[in-house]
Amino acid sequence: MSFLFKNAGRMFLTLVFLFLYLPMVSVVVFSFNASHLANEWTHFSTAWYAKLLQDDELLDACLTSVQLAFATACCSVVIGAWVGFVLAYYRRFAGSTLISAMVNAPLVLPEVISGISLLLLFVAMEQMFGWPQGRGLATMLIGHTMLCVSYVALTVSARLSSMDASLSEAARDLGATPLRVFFDITLPLILPSLLAGWMLSFTISLDDVIMSAFLSGPETTTLPLVLLSRMRLGMNPEINAMGTLIIGVVSIAVVGNSYYLMKRERAQAQSMRNALRAAPNTTNTGI
Amino acid sequence: MSNAFTARSWIPGPRALAIGVPFVFLLLFFMLPFLLVLKISLAQSAMTVPPYLPLWAFENGKPVWLWTLDNYLTIFGDDIYLSAYINSVRVAFFTTLICLLIGYPTAWLIAHAKPLARNLLLMGIVLPFWTSYLVRVYSWIGILKDQGLANSLLLYLGWIDAPLRLMQNTLGLYIGMVYSYLPYMILPLCAFLMKMDPRLPEAARDLGAKPWEVFFTVTLPLSLPGITAGSLLVFIPCVGEYVIPELLGSADDLMIGRVMWSDFFNSIDWPLAAAATGLMVALLLLPMAWFQRLQNRGGIAL
Repeated sequence: MSFLFKNAGRMFLTLVFLFLYLPMVSVVVFSFNASHLANEWTHFSTAWYAKLLQDDELLDACLTSVQLAFATACCSVVIGAWVGFVLAYYRRFAGSTLISAMVNAPLVLPEVISGISLLLLFVAMEQMFGWPQGRGLATMLIGHTMLCVSYVALTVSARLSSMDASLSEAARDLGATPLRVFFDITLPLILPSLLAGWMLSFTISLDDVIMSAFLSGPETTTLPLVLLSRMRLGMNPEINAMGTLIIGVVSIAVVGNSYYLMKRERAQAQSMRNALRAAPNTTNTGI
Repeated sequence: MSNAFTARSWIPGPRALAIGVPFVFLLLFFMLPFLLVLKISLAQSAMTVPPYLPLWAFENGKPVWLWTLDNYLTIFGDDIYLSAYINSVRVAFFTTLICLLIGYPTAWLIAHAKPLARNLLLMGIVLPFWTSYLVRVYSWIGILKDQGLANSLLLYLGWIDAPLRLMQNTLGLYIGMVYSYLPYMILPLCAFLMKMDPRLPEAARDLGAKPWEVFFTVTLPLSLPGITAGSLLVFIPCVGEYVIPELLGSADDLMIGRVMWSDFFNSIDWPLAAAATGLMVALLLLPMAWFQRLQNRGGIAL
């Protein structure tokens, strides 16, 4: 009994993590199952992956999704970083409350709402200006970008606010132009948050169902839309295979990225220490 | 000379440009669409492209008003809509509560783990954020369906004689909701619990407070912002959830996101869907304002 009590915390955490990960593990395991039933294991097989390669609908959708996610990530980083700069540098201006509300709201707003409202916008725009003609990649790109901009903006502005202002000031004092300061000092320092924002936007776009459902056209369909329409019919080992690929790629990317960032951070801290040690008459080492 | 000067002052400076560009972008693609929702919620549905009539038209040179409040009257007069709203709020509320009950102890344990273990555990909580939400919801179908893993296990253990109905009912809905939103509760809680000065509960203990007294008088009040943040992050999106009720819930468990979806795609009644959207925004306005206030005060760890 006392053993139970002592390890209650550990056991609780184990249960929570089993709850979080067991379903994903089951997808991975059953994607290698020869049988198409979810409750019995027959033997190991990669047949479902082979079938995946012949599934043109799924492959086309996959290609569309990756292209869309790439474009979304690039747009979101540019716009999001811009918004982030505005949030961090111009704290008080007319409309600053409105802009911060417009950045915060999409974090929690149910996507059904933003999906319907953007669609109505595009329909009204088409009536008035003749653009966009119908729905497709362009409308989805704007919709997905709207989903991701907030995340990028908030990470970038958090990074900028926590940045040591004396670094860019020092560069300015040493005669660097504002542009040079931006590219030599600010950009390298916010690069990790841009990278994280890019990756997050990529995965949000790759995974988005609801926005895509409202903003996709009859000819363009994304991977999640195809997956959802098949999932409505129930279990399907081919989806397990696709899901496993997604889980695998994402895990590798996330773990790789955090490893890279950790190494980078360490290298930066090291070079900072070296610079301080090398500098003569350093009285302030409290960095 | 003076003309050139005034013209020049009309050209936006770098500051106005820097703020203006993203501002206009957000206004155009975030704010304007909401106004359009309100506008179209007042329109009449029609078999045209797009499937609604304008709010006014000119007949023989005279303006004719075509706007109507029918869509709102339909919603308020229809039991399906009312029960869908109530049910959505109820499901979101209980999901938040269950997430809090599971998430708080989890966050507390993570915050009090050794640094290395803590980082690994945190990464374990973050990873699902990155993994496909759709695939994660779908994974429960294989577990919960009649011939799924859970039933097979229970049958094998001899605890049940016939498969239990675990999905396409309220149970399945809640499992999917809690599973998908739990990380959103745990992360802000962790952030606040880790920020907390460990000397405060220690001081309370030294002064003779019992462990439960320390918890209820020191730890819990200090982590209150984390609780609010996590609860809002779970509650607000849950109200409008579509995918989870669609895949794991039953047709009887109507949630408003699903009703709007079917108005929009199946019955193609856009004005009605717009009115339902407008009311949902109104319903969420208060929690969203609360969320905004929290974010401005110091931000929610995301």
